[in-house]
Amino acid sequence: MSSILIAILLLATLAVIFGAILGFAAVRFKVEGNPIVDQIDNLLPQTQCGQCSYPGCKPYAEAIAAGESINKCPPGGESTIIALADLLGVEPEPLDAEHGAEKDAVMVAIIREDECIGCTKCIQACPIDAIMGAAKQMHTVIADECTGCDLCVEPCPVDCIDMIPIETTLQTWHWDKPEDLIATSEQSHEKNLEQGVH
Amino acid sequence: MSSNSSFTNITSPHAHGGNTTSRIMLLVILATVPGIIALTYFFGWGNLINIVLASITALTCEALILKIRKRPILFSLKDNSALLTAVLLGIALPPFVPWWVTVVAVSFAMVFAKHLYGGLGNNPFNPAMVGYALVLISFPVQMTTTWALPFFLAPDTLIPGQGIIPAQVMSFTDTLGVIFSNTNSLANGFTDAFTGATPLDTYKHLAKNETSIEILQGPLFADASLGGSASNWFAGGWEFVNIAFLIGGLALLALRLFTWHIPFSVLAALGTCSMLFGWDADLYVPWSLHIFTGATMLCAFFIATDPVTASTTPLGKIIYGAGIGILIFVIRTWGAYPDAVAFAVLLMNFAAPLIDTYTQPRTYGHEKAKRGLVTKPDTNSNKEG
Amino acid sequence: MQPITLHSFDGGIHPQENKHQSTQSPIAQLPVPAQVIVPVGQHIGAPADVVVAVGDSVLKGQIIAKPKGFVSAAVHAPTSGKVTAIEQRELPHSSGLEGTCVVIDTDGKDQWLEEIANGDQAIADYLEADNDILNNRIRDCGITGMGGASFPTSVKMAVKGKKIDTLIINAAECEPYITADDMLMRERGLDAIRGIQIMMKLTQADNCLIGIEDNKPEAIKAMEDALHKMHGEHHITVVTIPTKYPSGGEKQLIKILTGKEVPSGGIPAAIGIVCQNIGTCEAVYRAVAEGKPLISRITTITGDSIEQPQNVDVLIGTPVKHLLEFAGFKQEKSLFQKLLGGKSKAESKSRIIMGGPMMGFTLSSDELPIIKSSNCILAPSQKELPANDIASACIRCGLCTEACPADLLPQQLYWFSKAGELDKAEQHNIADCIECGACSYVCPSEIPLVQYYRHAKGAIKEERASQQKSDRSKIRFEARQDRLDREAAEKEAKRKARAATAEKAQAAKKAAALAQQKEAAEEAAKNGDAPVAEAIKPEPVDLEKLQKQLDAAQAGLKKSMDKVAEIKAAAENSDAPIENLEVFEKAVANRRDKVKLLAVQITEAKKLAPPVVKVASREDIEKKLRAQQDRIDKTQQRFQLAQEQGLDTLPALQKGLDKQMQKLKELEAELAQFDKAGV
Repeated sequence: MSSILIAILLLATLAVIFGAILGFAAVRFKVEGNPIVDQIDNLLPQTQCGQCSYPGCKPYAEAIAAGESINKCPPGGESTIIALADLLGVEPEPLDAEHGAEKDAVMVAIIREDECIGCTKCIQACPIDAIMGAAKQMHTVIADECTGCDLCVEPCPVDCIDMIPIETTLQTWHWDKPEDLIATSEQSHEKNLEQGVH
Repeated sequence: MSSNSSFTNITSPHAHGGNTTSRIMLLVILATVPGIIALTYFFGWGNLINIVLASITALTCEALILKIRKRPILFSLKDNSALLTAVLLGIALPPFVPWWVTVVAVSFAMVFAKHLYGGLGNNPFNPAMVGYALVLISFPVQMTTTWALPFFLAPDTLIPGQGIIPAQVMSFTDTLGVIFSNTNSLANGFTDAFTGATPLDTYKHLAKNETSIEILQGPLFADASLGGSASNWFAGGWEFVNIAFLIGGLALLALRLFTWHIPFSVLAALGTCSMLFGWDADLYVPWSLHIFTGATMLCAFFIATDPVTASTTPLGKIIYGAGIGILIFVIRTWGAYPDAVAFAVLLMNFAAPLIDTYTQPRTYGHEKAKRGLVTKPDTNSNKEG
Repeated sequence: MQPITLHSFDGGIHPQENKHQSTQSPIAQLPVPAQVIVPVGQHIGAPADVVVAVGDSVLKGQIIAKPKGFVSAAVHAPTSGKVTAIEQRELPHSSGLEGTCVVIDTDGKDQWLEEIANGDQAIADYLEADNDILNNRIRDCGITGMGGASFPTSVKMAVKGKKIDTLIINAAECEPYITADDMLMRERGLDAIRGIQIMMKLTQADNCLIGIEDNKPEAIKAMEDALHKMHGEHHITVVTIPTKYPSGGEKQLIKILTGKEVPSGGIPAAIGIVCQNIGTCEAVYRAVAEGKPLISRITTITGDSIEQPQNVDVLIGTPVKHLLEFAGFKQEKSLFQKLLGGKSKAESKSRIIMGGPMMGFTLSSDELPIIKSSNCILAPSQKELPANDIASACIRCGLCTEACPADLLPQQLYWFSKAGELDKAEQHNIADCIECGACSYVCPSEIPLVQYYRHAKGAIKEERASQQKSDRSKIRFEARQDRLDREAAEKEAKRKARAATAEKAQAAKKAAALAQQKEAAEEAAKNGDAPVAEAIKPEPVDLEKLQKQLDAAQAGLKKSMDKVAEIKAAAENSDAPIENLEVFEKAVANRRDKVKLLAVQITEAKKLAPPVVKVASREDIEKKLRAQQDRIDKTQQRFQLAQEQGLDTLPALQKGLDKQMQKLKELEAELAQFDKAGV
């Protein structure tokens, strides 16, 4: 009987000690603010396009921290969903088609200057002020800053904004990843060569 | 001649050294041949039969599972990895073990320990050792009582009219019978004359009561073929087997199929531990027995060096090998099993990824090695080349 | 002979050298091709700016593109002819992307530019010349590294501020098949040494080591003979190094010859070393001593598909086809085709590799040109360099780790690149990979490791760029939010300010009104007319104000109307155009409206105001009485005067007098009443 008592006392003491340590750590090492929101925001692509139905990437990050699903960002695409799933420890889901499909290439907007009437509607629409111009002056997109969010195309009354894919240059080209040719069916060596192995 | 379609665009390098996986595996299998010959000579046909049985099972299992996984069968079978696993299991399992034990071990190794993890190259645990550990734990009786005695310990037979025929191993057909059918089996004492505990087991049990000198007078040790008083420190038959595997392993080392780090560290660690403790030979198995009995050499050169499951960095390999050596000693001395290779290897397989993370070598141009888990990369430390 | 201790680098492989095929004959002079295609961006750095136009005739050695910026190199016409196009053409690069190329149709005369032909450009005593002059000459002659990287040599030589101990000349040529540097050393060793001297002068290096692999005994002898011919102290040593691939890599060669390691991400100048290819040395000598720009190079053409493998002196811009034709190209045919004879639809796949078998890249067509860094054209047969089989799974054998000259873990890099774990790949120093291909060479599973690393490096760069861009976008977004908030806040502030002033004005008015009321009340209290006063006091002020405004508006209206009349008059007199007429007429109309508005406001205000009861106090009446009396007196006086003078105004005066008398009487009556009513 006494051994049981000793065991109980010992365990209780251990629990008290560790609880005290944890409590102390919770107070002493407390982190101010909500760092998870910043971490989530860092993973988002910052196009501020609003396709996720939030007015910008930070609000969406805050919503995710509050429990919103992580699959609403088309510009971020698959890689962002997986990164978010990794960070938050949740299951990655496929991109929610309601919010738009993932585009293959990154686009930038370009204004056909001959047709621009200087109405500033697109300037007001751009979430990151990437369009230069003023009332009755020529408007032009700063191509380096444009994130391709598409928000300027709608408001333009003369429809003079195009979205064009970014071209690869010698500086931005790189090799593709080799195909994973552990085939799912028998493929002869010759056939693979024909298709261009690697 | 100038049209684009005639030219294929592939990445450099365009030359290749000619080494292939199947060649490597085949060489390893060939290197076990001296050991297999020694085993057959001293312990009978059991091992050989087991090897053949295991090979057939392994190839069949692998073909089946490849079909289920919809992978190209011949392409994968031809890399000889299944064959190698089967050969190693055939060597490691006791010679008289029933056929179904072999089959279970091999199929488990193939299916669960290799293909369910993704096939060749993706398994974290050594498949042969997984199979071995499974049957050792599941069928302890069969695994511990079917070890063979070296032939010189078998009884001499007296055949009327032909005189005394000196001790030899059980005949081929008899061995087949033992393995495949229940009739001439353990239960009815048929194999009593031929089976017995392994030297390690024997020494461990006897050490509780006897001194080393007394133990070594025993038949297993005294009748060892290496002559002279020194021969007492080796176990009969087993030392040759181990020497044969050592030769095979050194040949592989010379062919640069693996580096010296793992075999050296396994043997060094095991030897050091056993020497440290072995001053008191009355209580502990002496180092000569540790190194030259059991599956030590097989482990050091063939099992621990399995590249898929071992550590990959040079320093990591030494730590990995040393870990195996130490664990072998610990489990053999204080554990419940006489031969600990399987468990030692499996335990270190657990640790290999962690060892890799913390033993990255120093890259050219860096002052220190970047060890440990990934930290936030500095954006201006490395310029693109 | 060499007191140099050789070090070694870890790893490395020993592939078949295959060099003997192309060293059987001396360097051949390739005939001038019909057309040359010269890209303007053959070097590291900004592509050069084209300075010729379509239709221009150019002479050999004439500059056709000027360097742009500091890290750039000039491009020259390799032969005489006419520029027929300056357009985007496919470049000899793995990507197959296009770049600006100058296309010159040659005239076969191969005529040098006059200044070069008569030696004007040559610098006679180059060892005494100023370093800046030498370096400028190197830059103007478009010299870039000829070992493969094409880094502008003048930039490398500009080592001001850094102490250079050793100039290392890379003559190792470790890649199989390539023998261009070997033949250069055998035939032009002395010129190369002279070039080395120029470089030593430019870098002020203490000594120079020429690293040559031991599979080139003739070249070693040729270089040592050339050194003997040099007079004076030259501090140049020929060092024989063991043959191992990739000992010709800059970092590896530096380690072999000096034992030092180039810090990761840095350049050899950081440890006091400058490394140059031996071909570059010869080009430097030509540029300085003869004034000739870099317009040709020695290229090895070899492989089993070439009938006569050899080294050729080829003009930059020569299409590869020309080279293949010169050396004889055997299109590969399968056995089946050979049996059938003739052409067949299913032609076997040929490869043309620009560079060596380890680091070269395949060309998509033979129309592509030779550029400054093309040291070899390799046309292997399938049997000679079989294409890799399908990759099988990595068995983690570690042979790649043993082969890696940079002490990396290629296996781990493979796993990370494959899985897309780029941060782990970066941590395992993928940026230090020199892409030599030793790991792929030894891999028993035939995995295209180098492609994985190239892809991963590109992906890391891309990710970093997009991360920076998204950081910038974030900043811009926040700046925009701040701007909008600021504007909203300003608007709000303005509105508040206006409201505040309006309120203040209102309050002031109220206070003033209140004060006046108080005054009047006091007055009334004094005179006994307390209650009536309060109601009336605010109104007269407003009415007064409105009245004032009306007067002002009327005045303004008058002014505008006058102005309009003036303009009209002026317009009638002269034929000058009426400019401001409209404006003023508008103003007139506006002011008229205003007047109307104010009049309406006044009437309304008057309506609203309660009838003003004039409070006549005793004082007022007395005043009026006195005033009236005065008037009467005055009128009486006038009447008397009129009577005396007999004026016509007499009856009118009489009437007026009567009226005034009556008024007086009324006032007196009022006064009497007042006295009666008041206290």
